[in-house]
Amino acid sequence: MKEYIQGKAYVVGDNIDTDQIIPANYLVYSLSDPDERKYYGRYALSSVPEKEAGLPKGNIPFVKAGKDSSEFSIIIAGKNFGCGSSREHAPVALQIAGVEAVIAESYARIFYRNSVDGGFFIPFETPIRLIDQIATGDELRLDISSATLLNISSGKEYKLKSLGEIYGILEAGDIFEYARRSGLIKAG
Amino acid sequence: MGKTMVEKIIGKHAGKEVVAGELAIVDVDLAYVQDWTGPLAISQIREMGFKELKRPERVAIFIDHSSPSSAKEIATSHIGLREFARNTGCKLFDVGSGVCHVIVAEKLARPWDLIIGADSHTCMGGAFGALATGMGSTDVAVAIAFGKTWLKVPAAVKVEVKGKLQKGVYAKDLMLYLIGKIGADGASYKSLEFVGETTENLPMHERLVLTNMAIEAGAKCGIFPSDIKTKAYLAEYGREGDYKEIAPDPDAVYERKIEIDASMLEPIIAFPHTVDNVRAISHPDCADVSIDQIYIGTCTNGRFEDLKVAADILKGRHVKEGTRLVITPGSKDIYQKAMRAGLLDIFVEAGGAVNSPGCGACPGAQTGILGDGEKCLSTMNRNFKGRMGNPNSFIYLASPAVCAISAITGKITDPRRFI
Repeated sequence: MKEYIQGKAYVVGDNIDTDQIIPANYLVYSLSDPDERKYYGRYALSSVPEKEAGLPKGNIPFVKAGKDSSEFSIIIAGKNFGCGSSREHAPVALQIAGVEAVIAESYARIFYRNSVDGGFFIPFETPIRLIDQIATGDELRLDISSATLLNISSGKEYKLKSLGEIYGILEAGDIFEYARRSGLIKAG
Repeated sequence: MGKTMVEKIIGKHAGKEVVAGELAIVDVDLAYVQDWTGPLAISQIREMGFKELKRPERVAIFIDHSSPSSAKEIATSHIGLREFARNTGCKLFDVGSGVCHVIVAEKLARPWDLIIGADSHTCMGGAFGALATGMGSTDVAVAIAFGKTWLKVPAAVKVEVKGKLQKGVYAKDLMLYLIGKIGADGASYKSLEFVGETTENLPMHERLVLTNMAIEAGAKCGIFPSDIKTKAYLAEYGREGDYKEIAPDPDAVYERKIEIDASMLEPIIAFPHTVDNVRAISHPDCADVSIDQIYIGTCTNGRFEDLKVAADILKGRHVKEGTRLVITPGSKDIYQKAMRAGLLDIFVEAGGAVNSPGCGACPGAQTGILGDGEKCLSTMNRNFKGRMGNPNSFIYLASPAVCAISAITGKITDPRRFI
C-alpha cells in the first residue's frame, strides 16, 4: 500500500446515495468487459444534484464530459456516504474513475464493507466536518499510516480516525488476499 | 445479563455467547442474490475456485430487478445466472416469480435463521424473528461458497410502539414517521427491535413493511419476536414446521429506546429526495402536489393485502386524466390471489397498467421510468434522486391507500375520508 496519496479534493454533502454514485441504468454494463467497464468511470457520481456537485460552489462535474476518469482522486464527504442499495458497482465506479481515498464523516454500512472487501480505495472517517473546511480543487496530501490529512492549498492539517481493524485487509489488497495470507483460504 | 434477539441469533450461529460490538464468524442459513448483484457474486465464486456449493438448497438466485429482461446486456447476464443454478443445484426463481425478498418471506425465511442477501432490503426477513441483512456481491459470494460470513454484533435500538393506528394509517406511515424522527442514518449499523402492543397486533404483511425499511434508517437489520401471527403466516404457505419461538430477554440491554404513540399518527409522505424528508399529510406542503405517475408494488408494499386496500378504494372509480397508475404484484402467488379475488380487474377497469410480478418500476430500469420534471407517488421504500431511472424526476413515498386515492384525484390526497 502507498504511504501517501496526493491529489485534488472533490467535496460533496450528506447522504450521497448509491443511485447518485452510479445510477441504475448504467448497471447494464459488464464489469469484466474492459470496453464496458470504463463506463463506470464515466458515469461515477453523475447523479449528484448540480448545485451540490463539487462544494462549496457546486456545478463542478466529477468527471468532465467525454472523459472516463476524474481529475479528483480524494473525495471529501459528509454523513452517511454510500447509503442505499447494496450494489458493489458503487465503490467500483469510484475506483474506475480514479478515486484513491474517500474521507467521510460516516458511511452506510454495506457500502463501507464493500469498499474494504474489494480494496477499491481507502475509506477514512473524519471526526470533524471537513466539507466546511475543504473546497473542491484543493490539493491534498493524505498520510495513510498516521491518518493525517494536509490541505496543501490552505496549509491546514487534520487528524482523521485511525483505520483500525480494516488496515490489514487494505494492506493485503482485498478480502481474498487477506484470507489467503491469514490462512483462512488455502493458497493455490 | 439478558440478550437481545440479534445477540441470541448470532450466538447460536457462532457457537458461542456474544454481546453487541463483538466480531463473530457465523454459519449462514440462507444466502441469495438478485440479477443485478448475482453476476459479480458468481464471478467471485469462480475466482475463488469453487465449483460445488456447500448447501445449494440454501442458496437462491432471483431474476427480479430487470424481469423480463429490459436490455440485451441484461438478458445475457441472466443466461449466466441460469447456468450457475443448473451447475450447482441452487434454487432459481426466474422471470415471473416475483421480488426476491417477497419470495424469501413466502418460502424460505424462518425464525432464528441467519440470512444474507446481496440486496439492501434483505433486512425484510427480520419480520420472522430472523437476522436478515444485506451485503455486497463479494460478501454474499463468500457466504454462498463457504456457508459462513463474519459479522459485528450490532447494538440494538428498542422501538416500542403503543396505541392503535387510526383507520387509513398503516405500518408504512409508522415507519416513515420513525425514519423522519431518527434520520436516514439514525440507526446506522444497529438492529431495530420492534416490540410493544401495536407491533404485536400488526399482521405479518405489515410487520414486513417495518423490517423492509430498516435499512432506510441505516440499520443492519430490523427484527420482530416470533408469535402466533408468524406461525399463522408460515402455515398459510405450508411451512408450519418452520416455526420456532424467539423473543428478547426481559432484561436485554438496548443502546437506545424509542417510544411512539401510534394513535396520533396521520398518513405520512416522504418528499424528494430522501426517505427522512417526511411530512404529515395535513402539512400545507402536501396540498396541491399533482402527480404524473402512481406506482403500487415492490417488496415494501406489493403484497395481496396492499393491493386489496388499493382495489377497495379504486373500485368503481377511474384514474384522473393526466395521471398514470402502474401496479406490479410482489410475487406469483400474490398475482394469482389478486387475479382470483378480482383485484386485477378493478385496477384495469380503473385505467391502471398491471405488470407481471417483480421489482417493476422501483429500481429504475423498466416499466415506468419517469420523464423529465415528472412526479411519482409510490409505495416504494426509497425516493433517491434518479431511483426510478431519471435524475430529473421527483419521487414521493406513501402507503397503498394514499397512492390509490391520489390516483383518482391526480394529487396527493388523504385517504381517511374514503375508507
